[in-house]
Amino acid sequence: MAAAVEFRNVARHFGLVKAVDGVDLVIEEGSFFAMLGPSGSGKTTCLRLISGFESPTGGEIRIFGEDVSRVPPHLRNVNTVFQDYALFPHMSVRDNVAYGLMVKGEGKRQRLEKAEEMLELVKLSGFGSRKPSQLSGGQRQRVALARALVNRPRVLLLDEPLGALDLKLREAMQDELKALQMRLGLTFVFVTHDQHEALSMADSLAVFSEGRIAQIGTPAQVYDAPRSRFVADFVGSANVLPPDLTARLGGPARWSSLRPEQIRLSADGPLGGRVTALRYLGSGTRVAIQTEGTELAAFVPAGVPLPATGDQVRLSFAPEALNIMEGEG
Amino acid sequence: MSRAPAILPTRGAWDRLTGLFWRRPGVLLLLLIALPLLWLGVVYLGSLAALLLQSFYSIDEFSGMVKEEFTLSTYAELFRAQNVDIILRTLFMAAAVTLASAVIAFPIAYYAARHAQGAMKAVCYLGIMLPLWSSYLVKVYAWKLILAKEGILTWAAAGTGTSFVIDGILSVPGLSSSSLSTSPFGTWLVFVYVWLPYMILPMQAALERVPRSMIEASADLGANRGQTFRTVILPLALPGIIAGSIFTFSLTLGDYIIPQIIGNSANFIGMAVYKLQGTAGNIPLAAAFAVVPIIIMVIYLTIARKMGAFDAL
Repeated sequence: MAAAVEFRNVARHFGLVKAVDGVDLVIEEGSFFAMLGPSGSGKTTCLRLISGFESPTGGEIRIFGEDVSRVPPHLRNVNTVFQDYALFPHMSVRDNVAYGLMVKGEGKRQRLEKAEEMLELVKLSGFGSRKPSQLSGGQRQRVALARALVNRPRVLLLDEPLGALDLKLREAMQDELKALQMRLGLTFVFVTHDQHEALSMADSLAVFSEGRIAQIGTPAQVYDAPRSRFVADFVGSANVLPPDLTARLGGPARWSSLRPEQIRLSADGPLGGRVTALRYLGSGTRVAIQTEGTELAAFVPAGVPLPATGDQVRLSFAPEALNIMEGEG
Repeated sequence: MSRAPAILPTRGAWDRLTGLFWRRPGVLLLLLIALPLLWLGVVYLGSLAALLLQSFYSIDEFSGMVKEEFTLSTYAELFRAQNVDIILRTLFMAAAVTLASAVIAFPIAYYAARHAQGAMKAVCYLGIMLPLWSSYLVKVYAWKLILAKEGILTWAAAGTGTSFVIDGILSVPGLSSSSLSTSPFGTWLVFVYVWLPYMILPMQAALERVPRSMIEASADLGANRGQTFRTVILPLALPGIIAGSIFTFSLTLGDYIIPQIIGNSANFIGMAVYKLQGTAGNIPLAAAFAVVPIIIMVIYLTIARKMGAFDAL
């Protein structure tokens, strides 16, 4: 069976700017896929390539096996939840949700019925006759979601879906989106710059850097074994060790990464250093340690005794915790 | 270490004034709007009230003096056949000018607002504004020459064998005349030319405010270009179109120079007001005529509002 979305060596250049350059990507049907990266890394352009708002300057994009490179957005059975929601301000919530059905020529009664069903699905029944301006940010997002889902798309695209919401709402919405995706069995593709969001929601994710995919895999794969310094640094702020330090700790002379929570402060250990800062995180404390020219972070769980700033400490970790990275990058 | 004081020393009158404005924001607001408010309230609304008052007076048939007695007889005079003619002619012209301006302005405004970038945007602004830099009279007389029987348009039509187009226009009942410059068609053309920038600019501003994501969302949901235009772009740009049409409509309703120079000298509201308050000395009837465009605009805006033209504001 064909994948939901497939990129084959896709490029999107704007003049000399290579927004997307040589991306190969397979998104399985029914998966919750995240495109993660800093701004300007090409993740949003990739999403727009799927929806059709950008055309590739090279390569091929397939949706369920069909080449869509020359298909305009309105003929793609793919819908988008926009970052700013892009609800039509002059229409009621109900008409917004029914819009896709209206332009496809569905009868008034039928489309309003389906719109009402969708509003129920996103827990907004009874809000149909309001204007978007009368809703809160979280409610607007639900309307945008209902407006996209009512068309029964094969793939749902979400552009920074939780970016504009406050923390509490964002966490609730994460669970809800995930539950919705499971229930509908749809392929969700979302773009985010927030690594926590990507790790907690996605089944698999691609980390973008400078128009290319730096790493692709399940959240655990990417988190536990970053392949490059960029990924190690961007996804979960791991410690990055230079080749000479890696070699001294028993590894090959290559760059490696070490997660803060895998480092223990102990009386004996292969590394020594001075505590320079403490950052309280609630579930524990992040301790910054200056050691042999490199600053390392260790995570001390709550309940374990803490050193004070300026203390000399020794660090230890399990040998297999040291993740050797590929290449120089 | 010496510590800086918690309150910095005042440096003079401006600092004290700024302090006053901070404590009482109303004072600054009052200072800023007092003068324009005085102008608007006394000079503008005052003269409008005087105008309205005059329109309820009448003129003595024998002495030609204004009788300062409250009466509706002047308004009744508006309903004489010749005056109704003037009002309907002006109304029809204003509507035709507005419609043509809107149709011509939309593509220009759309291009300038949504596609032109950088230098091209500046060229657009310049091209739209440039006609406003030269005198209105110069433009109207220039058009008179262009449209004249011996003018460049007739000459060019003869040279390219397209004289039948001009002849065709001039043979339409109601537009018939010896040349374009003396036909109502010429009046209409020059009105459209002269007021076009006032239609383009508000339209462009409205179109610029339509977020790109809104147009993309429409396409994303399956709408083709025509559907997106009808259901998203047009309703969202409608306040700008209405704003532009208020300009073209009311400017045409009040103008008395263009129909005097170009066209068949048929009376328009502006010309009637001009003649009545000047040579005829019938100020009450002139005032009553001047009230007509105000009433028409109020009716127009009420209909526009009812139809939801300002819902997207």
